[in-house]
This record gives sequence, C-alpha cells and structure tokens, in this order.
Amino acid sequence: MTDSGPLPATAEREEPALAPTVGQRAKRIFLSDYFVLYLSLAYFLVLMPFLPTLSNPANLANILSNMWPLLVVAIGQTFVLTIAGIDLSQGSVVGFTSVVGAMLLAATASPDVLSNAPIWGLIIDETGGPLAGVPGGIALAIAAMIAAGGLIGAANGLAIAHFRMPPFMVTLVTMIVISAFAIFLTQSENIRNLPEAYIQLGKGDIVSVYFGEQDESRIPRREIYSFITYPMIIAVTVAIIAHIALSRTVFGRQVFAIGTNRRAAEISGVPVKRVIVLVFTISAVCATIGALLYSTRLEAGRPTLGDGNFLLDVIGATVIGGTSLFGGKGKIIWTVFGVFFFVLLSNTLNLMNLSSFHIDMVKGAVIVAAALLDVLRTRLIRGGI
Amino acid sequence: MAVLLSFEALRKEYFGVPALRDLTLDIRRGEVVGVIGENGAGKSTLMNMIGGVVAPTSGEMRWLGEPYHPRMPSDATARGVAFIHQELNLFTNLTIAENIFVDDFPARFGMIDRAAMRQRTAELLSQLALEVAPDTSVDSLAPGERQLVEIAKALHRDAELIIFDEPTTSLTPRETAKLFETIERLRADGKTILFISHILGDVKRLSDTVVVLRDGQLVAQEPAAGFDVPDMITAMIGRALGGLYPDRTAAPRDEIAFSAKALSQPGILEDVSFDIRAGEILGLFGLMGSGRSEMARIIFGLDPLEEGALTLKNQPLTGGVRDRIARGVAFVTEDRRAEGLLMDAPIAENLSLVSIEEFGRAPLALLDHARLDHRTEQLKTDMIIKAGDIKTQPARALSGGNQQKVVIGKWLMRHSDLFILDEPTRGVDVGAKFEIYALADRLAAAGSSVLFISSELEELMGMCDRIMVMNRGEVMGMFDRADFSERAILAMAFGKQAAGKEVAA
Repeated sequence: MTDSGPLPATAEREEPALAPTVGQRAKRIFLSDYFVLYLSLAYFLVLMPFLPTLSNPANLANILSNMWPLLVVAIGQTFVLTIAGIDLSQGSVVGFTSVVGAMLLAATASPDVLSNAPIWGLIIDETGGPLAGVPGGIALAIAAMIAAGGLIGAANGLAIAHFRMPPFMVTLVTMIVISAFAIFLTQSENIRNLPEAYIQLGKGDIVSVYFGEQDESRIPRREIYSFITYPMIIAVTVAIIAHIALSRTVFGRQVFAIGTNRRAAEISGVPVKRVIVLVFTISAVCATIGALLYSTRLEAGRPTLGDGNFLLDVIGATVIGGTSLFGGKGKIIWTVFGVFFFVLLSNTLNLMNLSSFHIDMVKGAVIVAAALLDVLRTRLIRGGI
Repeated sequence: MAVLLSFEALRKEYFGVPALRDLTLDIRRGEVVGVIGENGAGKSTLMNMIGGVVAPTSGEMRWLGEPYHPRMPSDATARGVAFIHQELNLFTNLTIAENIFVDDFPARFGMIDRAAMRQRTAELLSQLALEVAPDTSVDSLAPGERQLVEIAKALHRDAELIIFDEPTTSLTPRETAKLFETIERLRADGKTILFISHILGDVKRLSDTVVVLRDGQLVAQEPAAGFDVPDMITAMIGRALGGLYPDRTAAPRDEIAFSAKALSQPGILEDVSFDIRAGEILGLFGLMGSGRSEMARIIFGLDPLEEGALTLKNQPLTGGVRDRIARGVAFVTEDRRAEGLLMDAPIAENLSLVSIEEFGRAPLALLDHARLDHRTEQLKTDMIIKAGDIKTQPARALSGGNQQKVVIGKWLMRHSDLFILDEPTRGVDVGAKFEIYALADRLAAAGSSVLFISSELEELMGMCDRIMVMNRGEVMGMFDRADFSERAILAMAFGKQAAGKEVAA
C-alpha cells in the first residue's frame, strides 16, 4: 500500500502504541492466545460458590485425568483442521486400536465371553494373547497399535491427497468400516485381564496426595489423589512435540500453507500430497495414543471406546480452543486450553446432576458459540468492524 | 449539462488517518469520467462512499442537487448507482435471466413469471448486442459476456450512474473493444459513467473528463482530449517518470539456456518450439485462449505434456512442480489471489514459502528463525515492499503492486535459471509496474532467462528482446526488437496471415 491511504486494518494495529482504552484492552484479551484459559478460570471461579465439590482435590484430580486422553486425540485433530480437513475416523481408531492392544496383551480370556469372536483361537484364547507374559511384550503391543492406527491414517491421507476425495467423505467411511471391524473382531465384547504394567500407563502416578489421617497401614486407593500421572506425562510430551512440529519446523509451515491456500502451496513447491498423508497419519497416531490411555484406564480393550459423542468432544474442544474449521489457523496451546475448558464444562454439568441429554445439549450450544466466536475474532483481526 | 453527482469538501478518515481529503468535484450527467490514481490514492474510498459502503467523515454528497446519504449499498442502488466490478458478482450456476432478476423475480399467482423474465432479459441483451438466449447459464459465458450481463442488470434497475472498476483486466482485446462500444452507447443514452482503470490509454480514449487523485486529494481534472498519458502519469505520481520502461542493463548472452521442442498437447498446444537465451527476456503475446498461460503451466510441470521436449541448461526438464523448482524454474502465476499468495498468512511466510526447506536444520527440519527473518527482511528492503511488520501483517493488507512484489519475491529467495512471469503487472499501478519491469531486467542481467507473458503489448515492446506471438496453441511468429510493430504483432495474434512472417527458430 502506498503511504497515502492506509487500510483500516493497519491503522488499527498502529493504535495500541497510544494509551489503550478499556475497549482496546478487552479486545486484546479477547484476541489473545490465552482467551480460552481466562474464560475457563472465570467460569471456574463463578461456579465455585454454587458447586462446593468443584474445587475439592478429588474433583480436580478427576478433571485432570479426563483431560489428558482427550488432549492427545484433539492434538491430532488440530493438525487436520489446520490443513482445512476433518478427521471423523479418530473415534473408530480409538476403539479398534484399544482392541488390538488388549487382544495381544490379555493375560487370559474367558471362553464364555469371547468364544464367538473371530479372534478366539486365532489370536487369543484361555492362555491370553500372543504377547502375554513375553518380555518387552507391552512395548511390542504398543508398537503394533501405533502401526495399525498409523496405517489407517495413512490410508485416509492417501485417498484424500492422491484421489482428491473430500476428507469428510473419506474419514466418514473409515469411521464406519473400522468401528464395524472392531466390533466384529470381539463380537462387541470387551477384552479384560490386561497386565498390571500396561494398566499403570493409564492409572499410574508419580506424585499423589493423600488428605487425612493415616490410621490404617494401607490407604484405600480411592482416597489418594493423583496429580502427576503417567497419562499427564504422555499427553504433555505429545503436546510439546506437536507444538514444536507445528510452529517451529518446515513441516509446520507447510501445514499452514496448505490450509491457507492449497493451490498456491502446490505452485510454490510445497510437497502437498506428502504433507496431507503425514497429517492424517499423525491424527490417527494421536488417536491411538489416546486409545492407549483410555483403554488402560478402563482396564479393557473395548471396540466401542470411541463411539457416541466422542467425536463431538474432540472436534468441539479443538474448535473451542480457536483452531479454525476453515484451515490455516491452529495452535497446540489453543487446543490445550480448549480441551481444559471442555472437560471443565462437562465436569460442572455432571456436578449439577444434569442428565446426559441435557449435558449434550449444553455442549452443543457451547460449540456453536465457539464457532461464532471464531468468526467474530477473524473479523476483528481483519479490521472489518 | 446538469450536474448529476457533486461532492463538497468530502472527507474520509480511518482512525484519524485521512484516506480522502476535502474532495470537491462535480460529475455532469451524460459524461464519461475517467478516474485514475495509484493504489491507495483514494479511488476505492470514494467509490465506497458513493456506493453506501462507508460514510464520509465530513462533507456533503448531492445527487441532482438533493443531499445524498446512502446508508447501505441498497440505498445507492435505489438512487440509480450501479457497480461493474473487477471481480464480477454473478451467480454462475444460474441463467442470465435469473441473475438479472435475482432480487425481484416477477411473480404471477405467487409463481415466478418466467415468460416475462425471459422477454425483458431478451430486450436488455439485444440493447447490448449480446446474442445469447436469456436461459443460458452464466458459467458458459466468456468474461466479456458476463460483464455485459452485469451491465444488463444495471440497465434493468434503471441505473443513472454506472461505475466501472478496472473492467478490462480479464477481457481479451476483442471483448474490450466491444465493452467500449457498449460504454459509448450508454453515454449516448444519457447514462453517466465513472471509469476507473490503470490502463491510461483506455482512459484517454474513452473519457470526456479525466479526474486524477493522489494521496486522497484531487490533483487534476482535465478534458481527456488535451490530457496525454505522460501528463496523467506525472499527475498521478507527482513527478515525471523517467520513461515508462527502464533501460535494459545487459544484452542477452549467446548460449541458449532454455528450449522447447515440438510441444504438443491436444486441444492446447500444437508443435510449439522456441528457445530463450541466458539473459534474454522473451515476450509471449497472444489473446485469451491462445494457449500462452496453458503453455506456462506445462513448462512448470503443472499440466501434462503429451509430446515434445523441454531442456534447461542442456538437461531435459521433466517431473512434477517440485522437480522443476529444484532445477531452477520459477513461475509467477497470473492469478495472484487464487494461486500466488497465502492471502491470510503474514508476508514473511509468503516470501519464504518456496525456499522454506532450505531453512530447516537437520535432523528434524527445525526452522532457523534468525536466518529466515534476516533473509525475508532483506528481501523486503531490496524489493521496496511497502509494508509494516512483515511477520504479522497478512498479504491481504497490501496493495496490488506490493502483493505482486511478494509473489515475485518468493522466487528470489533462491536462484532460478528460468523465470516464467505470467501477467506480472495485471492490476498493478504505474509506479509498481516500473519496479516490476526493473526487476525483470535485473533477473535477465544476472543471466536468467525470462519468459514474459502479457496481454499488454506495449509493455512487451518496452521490455523484451524478442516477442513470440501465439494463436490457438500455435506459434504464429517471432519478432526481434528491431522489428517490433504493434500492428504486425496484433494482426498476427488475431490469426491473420502477416506478411514477412518468420517462423520460430
């Protein structure tokens, strides 16, 4: 632009140099990366007097433990939304890979439950899965889960990148096929009797707190509140790696470029197809790590683990964080806060003793509000109003 | 002639920064008024005020002497203002008739009266000498025809004042000629026309009066007859431009750097052969549909090539886009918005997009931010990109000329042997055009080959060592600089057999 006729957007950006007014300060908070975090804290503080149980240690530990697995899955979704895609198959990957891990690792299985399943006798029987009791078996089983999840993601990516099929369609079909396959494998039964070391991944902790007198030699498990847990360490590690990948690598720049304008990216020599395949693979691998956390917490492999409203939670939390459904805009830190808000919201609605129908209606309304906020923020940034 | 629209001390400020400063101007009824000025001179602001998109900060607009305060675009439409925009606002999935009647379908017994619609549309179309059926779908129309549909829409609404904003950018010379006839006819019918264009020759040819804006002020208002293009440029930029084109700094070298041999692709190219020497700027002239942009895409590896061979620096040029970029081919696309830029991404990210892989540090390709920022800042200074903080300001916030510099700039972050510039000055103001020409010269002087594609013959004649003419996918001829002749080149481009036609080497 020539120096004569600045666009409103520039004029606006120059203004904060002057003393900011209340309106400007509010706008800056609204546009900040931490907006959703502020919102969550405000929400928490407002509800604290009405829901006394909200702030007690057991509930806080509960909120955190609900947060980690969802965060890992939502991080995968963040990559996909940033390239202007969508991954509807994450829930089915969660269910399927939880079954894969469990059928390889179960120490024993009951014929009453699983004898009708096609895996009975082939992979699993009364003596458990092929990796039960094998040294390093857990690592092998996790590798197998990640390979299975990664392959599903890569297949999604290949169909989308090379055949230019819409992500919505491709991942919808994957969702249907993979959930059906997972249910078929166990005939809709759960696989239990997982090894203790495996369960530790979902339930174990490093720092835990016990409030109260120690009058017995053993403290009942449910009275110990875990804060620094294995799921937390796993989720935070995934988040840090994802944050670096998205914001500090060549790959991350290419992800944003594709999400902003795929054709311009192609013409500028971005390896568009490779990046798309990689992004959908990341999404499925994140779902797999999520499956590991969910399934070990449940102490079972369950084909329907990612069914129902799970997808609503994942996409809802990601969008609430601020990642745009239109692509080109996404940050891992936003997703962290979005997931926190979403988990907090679900938790408070539970504490209010609302029915699950009410809870879903409220969640839906919140997601619509988040989408609206996204539009509003974009407009504010562009200076259109 | 009566005054249709007058501005009295009209002023518009955005956040205290004036975009239009106390403009006083009368527009007489039945006149064609050319409005020129560099990007950011205030043209768009003025048009937005006439159209009811923004309100003036102070001052007064009068319409036939009455105060005129449009609050929204529909107020302006109701008064009789119509806009024909650069990007047309038609529903391409609907028919011509449906587009014309889109906001007031004639109804009979609650049903759309299609017969009445068709009849009225046919009348309008015949007025504009557009010979297509009212039921034709808009997406089957050429850009020029679509524009006529826009004009028909304006006529249907009894528009008094029709504002053309860069109407010729996507038209072929033939369509442009037809548009100008139409504008003449509209004037004869008593309509008032505002004609905004960067193509000053057109403005001079078409207008009765030319109005020049600079820095939000009216700097000249002259009868077009005595106002020559160099004077217009001087008025627009506030100083005399040392010629429209920079002098070429170096002569082409002898070695052939790029060659195309017998390129054929059914329906697009037929037996096209040509060479470009190192340091040479080869112009490519042709009408829309001549295959010029299609050939550029084929050379860059975006579209398939059935037969023929491409050679760059004595090595065959094959593979996809990434292979060609690695070999040193750069492509500045004609469609800046859709293919050239990440409009919503910061300028720095646009500049670094092509060469981003060179800034990754092994083994994880972590970005070397310090080096990256240094290089993009350097490029911003070097190319005189007028922008604030390139790390936050999106490409969308730049003017057309500066956007184009970003599109070219991203190819300058690395060395390329062949630059394909497809319409590099489209929608760019005079000052920025000169800078883009100077850049093309610099690339050639550094030994790169440049294929300069344009539908503005003048700029090709100003900048190129040779001009190749294409028509319907075939090379019609090649002109050396000494033999440049506007008439001969145009005749050849229109497919007429020109005397003394040389066939490409």
